[in-house]
Amino acid sequence: MMLIDTLAQGLLLGGLYALFAAGLSLVFGIMRLVNLAHGDLIILGAYLILTITTATGLNPFLAVLLAAPVMFGLGWFLQTHLLNRVLGADILPPLLVTFGLSVVIQNALLSGFSADSQKLAAGTIEAQSVDLGIVTLGVMPLLTFASAVAVVFALNQVFYRTALGRAFRATSDDQTTAQLMGIRPQNIFAIATGIALVVATIAALYLGTRANFDPSIGPARLLYAFEAVIIGGLGSLWGTLAGGIVIGMAQALGASINPEWQILSGHIAFVIVLLIRPRGLFPRAND
Amino acid sequence: MTTLLDIAGLTAHYGDFQALFGVDLTLAEGETVAIIGANGAGKTTLMRAITGVAKVTAGSVMLAGEDITRLPAPDIMTRGIAMVPEGRRLFPSLSVEENLLIGAHARRGNGYWTLERVQTLFPILKERRHNPGTALSGGQQQMVAIGRALMSNPSVLLCDELSLGLAPVIIKEIYAAFPQIKASGTSIIVVEQDIGQALRVADHVHCMMEGRITLSGRPADLSRDAIHDAYFGVSHA
Repeated sequence: MMLIDTLAQGLLLGGLYALFAAGLSLVFGIMRLVNLAHGDLIILGAYLILTITTATGLNPFLAVLLAAPVMFGLGWFLQTHLLNRVLGADILPPLLVTFGLSVVIQNALLSGFSADSQKLAAGTIEAQSVDLGIVTLGVMPLLTFASAVAVVFALNQVFYRTALGRAFRATSDDQTTAQLMGIRPQNIFAIATGIALVVATIAALYLGTRANFDPSIGPARLLYAFEAVIIGGLGSLWGTLAGGIVIGMAQALGASINPEWQILSGHIAFVIVLLIRPRGLFPRAND
Repeated sequence: MTTLLDIAGLTAHYGDFQALFGVDLTLAEGETVAIIGANGAGKTTLMRAITGVAKVTAGSVMLAGEDITRLPAPDIMTRGIAMVPEGRRLFPSLSVEENLLIGAHARRGNGYWTLERVQTLFPILKERRHNPGTALSGGQQQMVAIGRALMSNPSVLLCDELSLGLAPVIIKEIYAAFPQIKASGTSIIVVEQDIGQALRVADHVHCMMEGRITLSGRPADLSRDAIHDAYFGVSHA
Protein backbone atom coordinates (compact mmCIF):
# COMPACT_ATOMS: atom_id res chain seq x y z
CA MET A 1 0.00 0.00 0.00
CA MET A 2 2.73 2.36 1.06
CA LEU A 3 4.74 1.50 -2.03
CA ILE A 4 1.80 2.01 -4.38
CA ASP A 5 1.14 5.37 -2.81
CA THR A 6 4.78 6.36 -3.17
CA LEU A 7 4.91 5.32 -6.81
CA ALA A 8 1.66 7.13 -7.57
CA GLN A 9 2.99 10.34 -5.99
CA GLY A 10 6.22 9.88 -7.96
CA LEU A 11 4.31 9.37 -11.19
CA LEU A 12 2.42 12.61 -10.67
CA LEU A 13 5.60 14.48 -9.71
CA GLY A 14 7.05 13.18 -12.98
CA GLY A 15 4.34 15.11 -14.79
CA LEU A 16 5.77 18.35 -13.38
CA TYR A 17 9.27 17.42 -14.54
CA ALA A 18 7.91 16.50 -17.96
CA LEU A 19 6.36 19.97 -18.17
CA PHE A 20 9.73 21.52 -17.27
CA ALA A 21 11.34 19.44 -19.99
CA ALA A 22 8.85 19.43 -22.88
CA GLY A 23 9.80 22.89 -24.16
CA LEU A 24 13.48 22.07 -23.89
CA SER A 25 12.92 18.82 -25.79
CA LEU A 26 10.99 20.58 -28.56
CA VAL A 27 13.66 23.22 -29.08
CA PHE A 28 16.49 20.72 -28.99
CA GLY A 29 14.67 18.41 -31.41
CA ILE A 30 14.12 21.14 -33.98
CA MET A 31 17.27 23.25 -33.86
CA ARG A 32 19.78 21.32 -31.72
CA LEU A 33 19.84 24.28 -29.36
CA VAL A 34 20.55 23.58 -25.72
CA ASN A 35 18.83 26.42 -23.91
CA LEU A 36 20.57 26.88 -20.55
CA ALA A 37 18.11 29.64 -19.67
CA HIS A 38 15.06 27.37 -19.92
CA GLY A 39 14.77 26.96 -16.13
CA ASP A 40 15.02 30.71 -15.59
CA LEU A 41 12.44 31.33 -18.31
CA ILE A 42 10.06 29.05 -16.38
CA ILE A 43 10.68 31.15 -13.24
CA LEU A 44 10.17 34.30 -15.31
CA GLY A 45 6.83 32.82 -16.40
CA ALA A 46 5.91 32.23 -12.76
CA TYR A 47 6.64 35.87 -11.91
CA LEU A 48 4.63 36.99 -14.92
CA ILE A 49 1.62 34.97 -13.71
CA LEU A 50 2.17 36.38 -10.21
CA THR A 51 2.22 39.93 -11.55
CA ILE A 52 -1.01 39.35 -13.48
CA THR A 53 -2.80 37.78 -10.50
CA THR A 54 -1.64 40.61 -8.22
CA ALA A 55 -2.70 43.32 -10.65
CA THR A 56 -6.06 41.85 -11.67
CA GLY A 57 -7.03 39.52 -8.86
CA LEU A 58 -7.46 36.71 -11.41
CA ASN A 59 -6.99 33.07 -10.46
CA PRO A 60 -3.58 31.78 -11.68
CA PHE A 61 -5.40 29.31 -13.95
CA LEU A 62 -6.94 32.26 -15.79
CA ALA A 63 -3.84 34.45 -15.54
CA VAL A 64 -1.87 31.80 -17.43
CA LEU A 65 -4.12 32.46 -20.44
CA LEU A 66 -2.87 36.05 -20.48
CA ALA A 67 0.73 35.12 -19.70
CA ALA A 68 1.03 32.48 -22.43
CA PRO A 69 0.75 34.83 -25.43
CA VAL A 70 3.22 37.24 -23.79
CA MET A 71 5.69 34.39 -23.29
CA PHE A 72 5.17 33.24 -26.90
CA GLY A 73 6.05 36.75 -28.04
CA LEU A 74 9.10 36.77 -25.77
CA GLY A 75 10.26 33.44 -27.20
CA TRP A 76 9.76 34.65 -30.74
CA PHE A 77 11.67 37.86 -29.97
CA LEU A 78 14.56 36.08 -28.19
CA GLN A 79 14.98 33.61 -31.04
CA THR A 80 14.74 36.21 -33.80
CA HIS A 81 17.00 38.85 -32.29
CA LEU A 82 19.40 36.83 -30.16
CA LEU A 83 19.54 33.06 -30.62
CA ASN A 84 19.26 32.91 -34.43
CA ARG A 85 22.39 35.03 -34.61
CA VAL A 86 24.50 32.48 -32.77
CA LEU A 87 23.07 29.22 -34.14
CA GLY A 88 25.47 27.47 -36.46
CA ALA A 89 27.88 24.61 -36.86
CA ASP A 90 29.62 25.55 -33.60
CA ILE A 91 27.60 24.55 -30.52
CA LEU A 92 29.56 26.74 -28.08
CA PRO A 93 28.16 30.23 -28.92
CA PRO A 94 24.50 29.32 -28.22
CA LEU A 95 25.55 27.69 -24.94
CA LEU A 96 27.40 30.84 -23.86
CA VAL A 97 24.57 33.13 -24.92
CA THR A 98 21.87 31.13 -23.14
CA PHE A 99 24.10 30.88 -20.06
CA GLY A 100 24.42 34.66 -20.12
CA LEU A 101 20.68 34.99 -20.61
CA SER A 102 20.17 32.80 -17.55
CA VAL A 103 22.30 35.16 -15.43
CA VAL A 104 20.51 38.21 -16.84
CA ILE A 105 17.05 36.82 -16.09
CA GLN A 106 18.00 35.80 -12.54
CA ASN A 107 19.40 39.22 -11.74
CA ALA A 108 16.56 41.09 -13.40
CA LEU A 109 14.06 39.09 -11.34
CA LEU A 110 16.12 39.70 -8.22
CA SER A 111 16.13 43.45 -8.68
CA GLY A 112 12.48 43.51 -9.77
CA PHE A 113 10.95 41.14 -7.21
CA SER A 114 13.64 40.77 -4.49
CA ALA A 115 14.89 37.43 -3.18
CA ASP A 116 11.72 36.80 -1.14
CA SER A 117 9.95 33.51 -1.80
CA GLN A 118 6.68 33.84 -3.67
CA LYS A 119 3.78 31.52 -4.29
CA LEU A 120 0.82 31.49 -6.64
CA ALA A 121 -2.43 31.12 -4.72
CA ALA A 122 -4.85 28.86 -6.57
CA GLY A 123 -7.47 28.82 -3.84
CA THR A 124 -9.16 25.84 -2.20
CA ILE A 125 -8.24 23.49 -5.04
CA GLU A 126 -4.73 23.29 -3.57
CA ALA A 127 -5.93 21.29 -0.56
CA GLN A 128 -8.43 19.06 -2.36
CA SER A 129 -7.81 15.39 -3.01
CA VAL A 130 -9.47 12.43 -4.65
CA ASP A 131 -9.85 9.11 -2.83
CA LEU A 132 -9.26 6.30 -5.32
CA GLY A 133 -9.60 3.51 -2.77
CA ILE A 134 -6.01 2.26 -2.90
CA VAL A 135 -4.46 5.70 -2.87
CA THR A 136 -5.55 9.24 -2.23
CA LEU A 137 -4.18 11.75 -4.71
CA GLY A 138 -4.11 15.54 -4.58
CA VAL A 139 -6.16 17.37 -7.18
CA MET A 140 -3.23 19.67 -8.05
CA PRO A 141 -0.75 16.83 -8.70
CA LEU A 142 -3.42 15.08 -10.80
CA LEU A 143 -4.02 18.26 -12.78
CA THR A 144 -0.27 18.68 -13.23
CA PHE A 145 0.10 15.18 -14.62
CA ALA A 146 -2.97 15.51 -16.85
CA SER A 147 -1.59 18.78 -18.20
CA ALA A 148 1.77 17.15 -18.94
CA VAL A 149 0.08 14.36 -20.90
CA ALA A 150 -2.11 16.90 -22.69
CA VAL A 151 0.88 19.11 -23.56
CA VAL A 152 2.93 16.20 -24.90
CA PHE A 153 -0.08 14.92 -26.84
CA ALA A 154 -0.77 18.37 -28.31
CA LEU A 155 2.88 18.94 -29.25
CA ASN A 156 2.95 15.54 -30.94
CA GLN A 157 -0.20 16.35 -32.88
CA VAL A 158 1.35 19.60 -34.07
CA PHE A 159 4.61 17.83 -34.88
CA TYR A 160 3.15 14.92 -36.84
CA ARG A 161 -0.23 16.11 -38.12
CA THR A 162 0.15 19.73 -39.25
CA ALA A 163 1.92 21.65 -42.00
CA LEU A 164 3.84 23.54 -39.30
CA GLY A 165 5.02 20.24 -37.83
CA ARG A 166 6.13 19.07 -41.26
CA ALA A 167 8.16 22.23 -41.60
CA PHE A 168 9.61 21.65 -38.10
CA ARG A 169 10.74 18.15 -39.02
CA ALA A 170 12.03 19.10 -42.47
CA THR A 171 14.05 21.99 -41.02
CA SER A 172 15.42 19.71 -38.33
CA ASP A 173 16.44 17.14 -40.98
CA ASP A 174 18.13 19.44 -43.46
CA GLN A 175 18.08 23.23 -43.29
CA THR A 176 19.51 23.85 -46.75
CA THR A 177 17.00 21.63 -48.53
CA ALA A 178 14.21 23.06 -46.38
CA GLN A 179 15.08 26.50 -47.77
CA LEU A 180 14.71 25.07 -51.28
CA MET A 181 11.10 24.29 -50.26
CA GLY A 182 10.56 27.97 -49.45
CA ILE A 183 10.85 27.37 -45.70
CA ARG A 184 12.58 30.11 -43.68
CA PRO A 185 14.41 28.23 -40.89
CA GLN A 186 14.76 31.38 -38.78
CA ASN A 187 10.98 31.83 -38.70
CA ILE A 188 10.48 28.15 -37.92
CA PHE A 189 12.93 28.44 -35.01
CA ALA A 190 11.20 31.58 -33.70
CA ILE A 191 7.82 29.82 -33.69
CA ALA A 192 9.35 26.76 -31.99
CA THR A 193 10.88 28.84 -29.19
CA GLY A 194 7.57 30.71 -28.83
CA ILE A 195 5.75 27.41 -28.36
CA ALA A 196 8.45 26.20 -25.94
CA LEU A 197 7.87 29.26 -23.76
CA VAL A 198 4.11 28.71 -23.82
CA VAL A 199 4.82 25.23 -22.42
CA ALA A 200 7.22 26.83 -19.93
CA THR A 201 4.37 29.09 -18.79
CA ILE A 202 2.17 26.06 -18.13
CA ALA A 203 5.07 24.52 -16.19
CA ALA A 204 5.39 27.80 -14.27
CA LEU A 205 1.72 27.67 -13.26
CA TYR A 206 2.15 24.30 -11.56
CA LEU A 207 5.59 25.11 -10.19
CA GLY A 208 4.27 28.26 -8.57
CA THR A 209 1.04 26.83 -7.19
CA ARG A 210 2.75 23.73 -5.83
CA ALA A 211 5.70 25.27 -3.99
CA ASN A 212 7.50 28.48 -3.24
CA PHE A 213 9.76 30.00 -5.84
CA ASP A 214 12.38 32.75 -5.90
CA PRO A 215 14.63 34.12 -8.65
CA SER A 216 17.47 31.66 -7.99
CA ILE A 217 15.78 28.28 -8.44
CA GLY A 218 15.76 28.13 -12.25
CA PRO A 219 19.00 26.21 -12.80
CA ALA A 220 17.85 23.33 -10.55
CA ARG A 221 14.62 23.00 -12.59
CA LEU A 222 16.80 23.00 -15.72
CA LEU A 223 18.79 20.08 -14.37
CA TYR A 224 15.64 17.94 -13.86
CA ALA A 225 14.45 18.95 -17.31
CA PHE A 226 17.75 17.93 -18.88
CA GLU A 227 17.69 14.58 -17.17
CA ALA A 228 14.11 13.95 -18.31
CA VAL A 229 14.98 14.82 -21.92
CA ILE A 230 18.08 12.64 -21.95
CA ILE A 231 16.45 9.66 -20.21
CA GLY A 232 13.61 9.78 -22.72
CA GLY A 233 15.89 10.00 -25.74
CA LEU A 234 16.75 13.24 -27.51
CA GLY A 235 13.95 14.59 -29.66
CA SER A 236 11.20 12.23 -28.46
CA LEU A 237 8.38 14.06 -26.67
CA TRP A 238 6.70 10.95 -25.24
CA GLY A 239 10.19 9.88 -24.18
CA THR A 240 10.52 13.16 -22.32
CA LEU A 241 7.30 12.40 -20.45
CA ALA A 242 8.66 8.95 -19.61
CA GLY A 243 11.93 10.55 -18.49
CA GLY A 244 10.08 12.92 -16.19
CA ILE A 245 8.19 9.99 -14.69
CA VAL A 246 11.40 8.01 -14.12
CA ILE A 247 12.91 10.92 -12.18
CA GLY A 248 9.70 11.62 -10.30
CA MET A 249 9.31 8.00 -9.22
CA ALA A 250 12.97 7.66 -8.25
CA GLN A 251 12.73 10.81 -6.13
CA ALA A 252 9.54 9.60 -4.44
CA LEU A 253 11.08 6.21 -3.72
CA GLY A 254 14.27 7.77 -2.38
CA ALA A 255 12.31 10.16 -0.19
CA SER A 256 10.21 7.33 1.24
CA ILE A 257 13.38 5.63 2.44
CA ASN A 258 15.01 8.78 3.73
CA PRO A 259 13.84 12.32 2.93
CA GLU A 260 17.47 13.37 2.39
CA TRP A 261 17.73 10.99 -0.51
CA GLN A 262 14.98 12.50 -2.64
CA ILE A 263 17.10 14.62 -4.99
CA LEU A 264 20.00 12.19 -5.05
CA SER A 265 17.77 9.24 -6.07
CA GLY A 266 16.56 11.14 -9.13
CA HIS A 267 20.14 11.75 -10.26
CA ILE A 268 21.10 8.12 -9.57
CA ALA A 269 18.17 6.89 -11.68
CA PHE A 270 19.43 9.17 -14.46
CA VAL A 271 22.91 7.66 -14.31
CA ILE A 272 21.55 4.09 -14.23
CA VAL A 273 19.35 4.67 -17.30
CA LEU A 274 22.30 6.16 -19.17
CA LEU A 275 24.50 3.19 -18.24
CA ILE A 276 21.95 0.72 -19.59
CA ARG A 277 20.68 2.76 -22.55
CA PRO A 278 23.16 5.49 -23.46
CA ARG A 279 20.83 6.97 -26.09
CA GLY A 280 17.86 7.09 -23.76
CA LEU A 281 14.67 5.03 -23.66
CA PHE A 282 13.12 6.15 -26.95
CA PRO A 283 15.85 7.53 -29.24
CA ARG A 284 14.78 8.84 -32.65
CA ALA A 285 15.79 6.48 -35.42
CA ASN A 286 17.58 8.99 -37.62
CA ASP A 287 19.94 10.85 -35.34
CA MET B 1 9.73 32.61 -77.30
CA THR B 2 10.13 35.00 -74.40
CA THR B 3 13.12 34.68 -72.11
CA LEU B 4 12.15 33.40 -68.67
CA LEU B 5 15.52 33.08 -66.99
CA ASP B 6 18.43 35.29 -67.98
CA ILE B 7 21.80 34.62 -66.38
CA ALA B 8 24.64 37.00 -67.18
CA GLY B 9 28.27 36.88 -66.09
CA LEU B 10 27.49 34.68 -63.09
CA THR B 11 30.51 34.17 -60.82
CA ALA B 12 30.62 32.17 -57.61
CA HIS B 13 33.25 31.09 -55.09
CA TYR B 14 33.61 28.31 -52.57
CA GLY B 15 35.78 30.05 -50.02
CA ASP B 16 38.88 31.09 -51.98
CA PHE B 17 38.14 28.68 -54.80
CA GLN B 18 36.40 30.24 -57.78
CA ALA B 19 33.84 27.73 -59.10
CA LEU B 20 32.07 29.83 -61.76
CA PHE B 21 33.69 32.27 -64.20
CA GLY B 22 31.10 34.58 -65.74
CA VAL B 23 28.51 32.10 -66.95
CA ASP B 24 25.88 33.33 -69.42
CA LEU B 25 22.75 31.28 -69.93
CA THR B 26 19.17 31.89 -71.01
CA LEU B 27 16.08 29.76 -70.68
CA ALA B 28 13.05 30.57 -72.79
CA GLU B 29 9.50 29.82 -71.72
CA GLY B 30 8.62 26.19 -72.38
CA GLU B 31 12.20 25.31 -73.21
CA THR B 32 14.36 22.50 -71.83
CA VAL B 33 18.04 23.26 -71.47
CA ALA B 34 20.68 20.67 -70.61
CA ILE B 35 24.01 21.42 -68.97
CA ILE B 36 26.58 18.70 -69.36
CA GLY B 37 30.10 18.39 -68.10
CA ALA B 38 32.44 16.25 -66.07
CA ASN B 39 32.69 16.20 -62.27
CA GLY B 40 33.86 19.53 -60.91
CA ALA B 41 32.89 21.49 -64.02
CA GLY B 42 30.72 23.81 -61.91
CA LYS B 43 27.30 22.49 -62.93
CA THR B 44 26.02 21.96 -59.40
CA THR B 45 27.49 25.27 -58.26
CA LEU B 46 25.59 26.96 -61.08
CA MET B 47 22.34 25.37 -59.83
CA ARG B 48 23.14 26.37 -56.27
CA ALA B 49 23.94 29.93 -57.33
CA ILE B 50 20.65 30.26 -59.23
CA THR B 51 18.63 28.99 -56.26
CA GLY B 52 20.43 31.20 -53.74
CA VAL B 53 22.12 28.38 -51.86
CA ALA B 54 25.63 29.28 -53.10
CA LYS B 55 26.83 32.86 -52.78
CA VAL B 56 27.02 34.83 -56.03
CA THR B 57 30.11 37.06 -56.19
CA ALA B 58 29.37 38.77 -59.53
CA GLY B 59 26.87 38.74 -62.35
CA SER B 60 23.09 38.58 -62.32
CA VAL B 61 20.12 36.24 -62.46
CA MET B 62 16.89 37.67 -63.87
CA LEU B 63 13.62 35.76 -63.62
CA ALA B 64 10.87 37.10 -65.90
CA GLY B 65 12.52 40.52 -65.82
CA GLU B 66 13.02 40.62 -62.04
CA ASP B 67 16.52 40.66 -60.56
CA ILE B 68 16.68 37.74 -58.12
CA THR B 69 20.47 37.69 -57.68
CA ARG B 70 21.45 37.30 -54.02
CA LEU B 71 17.90 36.92 -52.76
CA PRO B 72 17.68 34.38 -49.91
CA ALA B 73 16.92 30.85 -51.14
CA PRO B 74 13.32 30.76 -49.82
CA ASP B 75 12.53 34.03 -51.66
CA ILE B 76 13.88 32.67 -54.94
CA MET B 77 11.87 29.49 -54.46
CA THR B 78 8.63 31.37 -53.84
CA ARG B 79 9.21 33.32 -57.06
CA GLY B 80 8.94 30.09 -59.00
CA ILE B 81 12.29 28.29 -59.21
CA ALA B 82 12.19 24.78 -57.76
CA MET B 83 15.15 22.45 -57.54
CA VAL B 84 15.62 18.70 -57.52
CA PRO B 85 18.93 18.67 -55.66
CA GLU B 86 21.81 16.37 -56.38
CA GLY B 87 21.51 13.23 -54.24
CA ARG B 88 17.73 13.80 -53.93
CA ARG B 89 17.96 15.09 -50.34
CA LEU B 90 14.61 13.71 -49.19
CA PHE B 91 13.66 14.52 -45.60
CA PRO B 92 14.22 11.30 -43.61
CA SER B 93 11.69 12.19 -40.89
CA LEU B 94 8.92 12.67 -43.45
CA SER B 95 6.86 10.02 -45.23
CA VAL B 96 6.71 9.92 -49.02
CA GLU B 97 3.46 11.86 -49.00
CA GLU B 98 4.78 14.41 -46.48
CA ASN B 99 7.87 14.91 -48.62
CA LEU B 100 5.56 15.79 -51.50
CA LEU B 101 3.38 18.04 -49.35
CA ILE B 102 6.34 19.98 -47.99
CA GLY B 103 7.11 20.91 -51.60
CA ALA B 104 3.87 22.88 -51.55
CA HIS B 105 4.86 24.74 -48.37
CA ALA B 106 5.35 28.00 -50.29
CA ARG B 107 2.96 27.22 -53.12
CA ARG B 108 1.67 30.22 -55.01
CA GLY B 109 -1.95 30.20 -56.14
CA ASN B 110 -3.48 27.31 -58.01
CA GLY B 111 -1.31 25.56 -60.53
CA TYR B 112 -1.47 22.36 -62.49
CA TRP B 113 0.36 20.18 -59.99
CA THR B 114 -1.49 18.71 -57.04
CA LEU B 115 -0.77 15.70 -54.85
CA GLU B 116 -3.14 13.63 -57.00
CA ARG B 117 -1.49 14.67 -60.26
CA VAL B 118 2.01 13.95 -58.96
CA GLN B 119 0.80 10.56 -57.74
CA THR B 120 -0.67 9.90 -61.18
CA LEU B 121 2.59 10.90 -62.83
CA PHE B 122 4.50 8.46 -60.59
CA PRO B 123 1.92 5.88 -59.36
CA ILE B 124 4.45 4.17 -57.07
CA LEU B 125 4.41 7.31 -54.89
CA LYS B 126 0.76 6.73 -54.10
CA GLU B 127 1.29 3.06 -53.34
CA ARG B 128 4.14 3.83 -50.95
CA ARG B 129 2.86 7.13 -49.59
CA HIS B 130 3.10 6.11 -45.92
CA ASN B 131 6.66 4.79 -46.14
CA PRO B 132 9.52 6.98 -44.96
CA GLY B 133 10.91 8.79 -48.01
CA THR B 134 14.33 7.29 -47.48
CA ALA B 135 13.01 3.69 -47.38
CA LEU B 136 12.46 3.78 -51.15
CA SER B 137 14.83 2.67 -53.90
CA GLY B 138 17.06 5.30 -55.52
CA GLY B 139 14.83 5.65 -58.56
CA GLN B 140 11.69 5.98 -56.47
CA GLN B 141 13.41 8.55 -54.26
CA GLN B 142 14.26 10.52 -57.39
CA MET B 143 10.57 10.46 -58.32
CA VAL B 144 9.70 11.82 -54.86
CA ALA B 145 12.29 14.58 -55.29
CA ILE B 146 10.86 15.56 -58.69
CA GLY B 147 7.29 15.39 -57.39
CA ARG B 148 8.28 17.48 -54.35
CA ALA B 149 9.70 20.19 -56.62
CA LEU B 150 6.61 20.13 -58.87
CA MET B 151 4.26 20.59 -55.90
CA SER B 152 5.20 24.28 -55.76
CA ASN B 153 4.09 24.71 -59.37
CA PRO B 154 7.39 26.21 -60.45
CA SER B 155 7.88 28.17 -63.64
CA VAL B 156 11.46 26.85 -63.73
CA LEU B 157 12.45 23.33 -62.64
CA LEU B 158 16.14 22.67 -62.02
CA CYS B 159 17.15 19.01 -62.04
CA ASP B 160 20.63 18.26 -60.76
CA GLU B 161 22.07 14.89 -61.82
CA LEU B 162 18.82 12.96 -62.07
CA SER B 163 20.51 9.87 -63.46
CA LEU B 164 23.33 9.67 -60.93
CA GLY B 165 23.63 6.14 -59.55
CA LEU B 166 20.50 4.85 -61.27
CA ALA B 167 20.06 1.94 -63.67
CA PRO B 168 19.42 2.88 -67.34
CA VAL B 169 15.90 1.44 -67.28
CA ILE B 170 15.03 3.61 -64.25
CA ILE B 171 16.56 6.69 -65.85
CA LYS B 172 14.36 6.11 -68.89
CA GLU B 173 11.29 5.80 -66.68
CA ILE B 174 12.09 9.08 -64.94
CA TYR B 175 12.72 11.00 -68.14
CA ALA B 176 9.45 9.61 -69.54
CA ALA B 177 7.73 12.08 -67.18
CA PHE B 178 9.34 15.09 -68.86
CA PRO B 179 6.81 15.62 -71.67
CA GLN B 180 4.04 15.95 -69.10
CA ILE B 181 6.11 18.33 -66.97
CA LYS B 182 6.78 20.48 -70.04
CA ALA B 183 3.12 20.34 -70.99
CA SER B 184 2.22 21.76 -67.56
CA GLY B 185 4.03 24.93 -68.60
CA THR B 186 7.25 24.43 -66.67
CA SER B 187 10.59 25.24 -68.26
CA ILE B 188 13.41 22.90 -67.32
CA ILE B 189 17.16 22.97 -66.81
CA VAL B 190 18.73 19.54 -66.43
CA VAL B 191 22.28 18.98 -65.31
CA GLU B 192 23.59 15.67 -66.59
CA GLN B 193 26.74 13.64 -66.86
CA ASP B 194 24.84 11.29 -69.16
CA ILE B 195 25.37 13.05 -72.50
CA GLY B 196 23.03 10.81 -74.48
CA GLN B 197 20.14 11.46 -72.09
CA ALA B 198 20.83 15.21 -72.12
CA LEU B 199 20.82 15.36 -75.94
CA ARG B 200 17.51 13.46 -76.11
CA VAL B 201 15.51 15.77 -73.82
CA ALA B 202 17.04 19.19 -74.44
CA ASP B 203 16.20 21.97 -76.89
CA HIS B 204 19.55 23.57 -76.07
CA VAL B 205 22.73 22.04 -74.68
CA HIS B 206 25.54 23.82 -72.86
CA CYS B 207 28.82 22.13 -72.10
CA MET B 208 30.67 23.26 -68.96
CA MET B 209 34.30 22.85 -68.06
CA GLU B 210 36.24 24.40 -65.19
CA GLY B 211 33.50 26.87 -64.33
CA ARG B 212 32.89 28.13 -67.88
CA ILE B 213 30.48 27.28 -70.67
CA THR B 214 32.70 26.02 -73.45
CA LEU B 215 30.14 24.95 -76.02
CA SER B 216 26.47 25.75 -76.67
CA GLY B 217 23.97 24.81 -79.32
CA ARG B 218 21.01 22.74 -80.40
CA PRO B 219 21.58 19.01 -80.07
CA ALA B 220 21.19 18.53 -83.83
CA ASP B 221 23.85 21.13 -84.57
CA LEU B 222 26.51 19.73 -82.24
CA SER B 223 28.79 16.98 -83.43
CA ARG B 224 29.77 14.19 -81.08
CA ASP B 225 33.41 15.22 -81.47
CA ALA B 226 32.72 18.81 -80.53
CA ILE B 227 30.86 17.70 -77.43
CA HIS B 228 33.62 15.30 -76.44
CA ASP B 229 36.20 18.07 -76.83
CA ALA B 230 34.16 20.42 -74.68
CA TYR B 231 33.46 17.69 -72.12
CA PHE B 232 36.98 16.40 -71.68
CA GLY B 233 38.86 19.55 -72.62
CA VAL B 234 40.98 17.88 -75.29
CA SER B 235 41.18 18.96 -78.89
CA HIS B 236 41.16 16.46 -81.70
CA ALA B 237 44.27 16.30 -83.80
